[in-house]
Amino acid sequence: MGLSNSIIRQNYIIPADDFSLAGEASSSVKKMLNQLGVPPKTVKRVSIAMYEAEINAVIHAGGGTADVAIDKEKVLITINDEGPGIPDVELAMKEGFSTAPDSVREMGFGAGMGLPNIKRYADKLDIKTEVGKGTRVQITVLL
Amino acid sequence: MKIDQLADLIQAKILTDNKSLDNEISGAYICDLLSWVMSHANKGDVWITVHTHLNIVAVALLVEVACILVPEGIQVEEATIKKANEEGIAILSSNKTAYQIAVEISKFIPLVK
Repeated sequence: MGLSNSIIRQNYIIPADDFSLAGEASSSVKKMLNQLGVPPKTVKRVSIAMYEAEINAVIHAGGGTADVAIDKEKVLITINDEGPGIPDVELAMKEGFSTAPDSVREMGFGAGMGLPNIKRYADKLDIKTEVGKGTRVQITVLL
Repeated sequence: MKIDQLADLIQAKILTDNKSLDNEISGAYICDLLSWVMSHANKGDVWITVHTHLNIVAVALLVEVACILVPEGIQVEEATIKKANEEGIAILSSNKTAYQIAVEISKFIPLVK
């Protein structure tokens, strides 16, 4: 693999309420990992987990930021938002549970699969959230 | 099967330019829940969906489906076609239902688990 010991860092803004731009960050990370020679299955896991987190930030939190750090061992994605926070993380992790509005469901999102999908594809998922303050979702995928 | 062969087979219209028509179709997947598609569709599938908004292009790219096929003559937004052209993913439009399409292509595209 073309990765040395150095860390590659990228920062992205996740725009508020703009579904048209959602996915730009994960798409860019996907291209970068492909260029680095990361195995396709790992690239898929990273990009799907990140896309789900991006979409969550757009749907629930008025956007946020995505920071990506890649080193020899792992890809670490941190999505920060200043949205309403998640009152019950355990409930939010349940497949099928969703608080997304109908307008979002009509687009094929909001099926309550975002967080479960992230957990499924990440080697580690860490959620720090405070009601009224925001949420930090940290996704680790080992290389 | 190539994308233009699929278009011929089911009389579908290719809405995007010709850049990605060489993609080989190795399976088919029908679903409109985007998270479900991301976790269950396979690379090389023709993905049949009634959604036409921009995000279908993002999902198609993530999964690396061969192309998107919109059934029942549903109008696809210009912005989606433009984005698909930029990203090199073909979008096809058919007047048939997803089921009719599945039946017609089943002889030519193998079932992939």
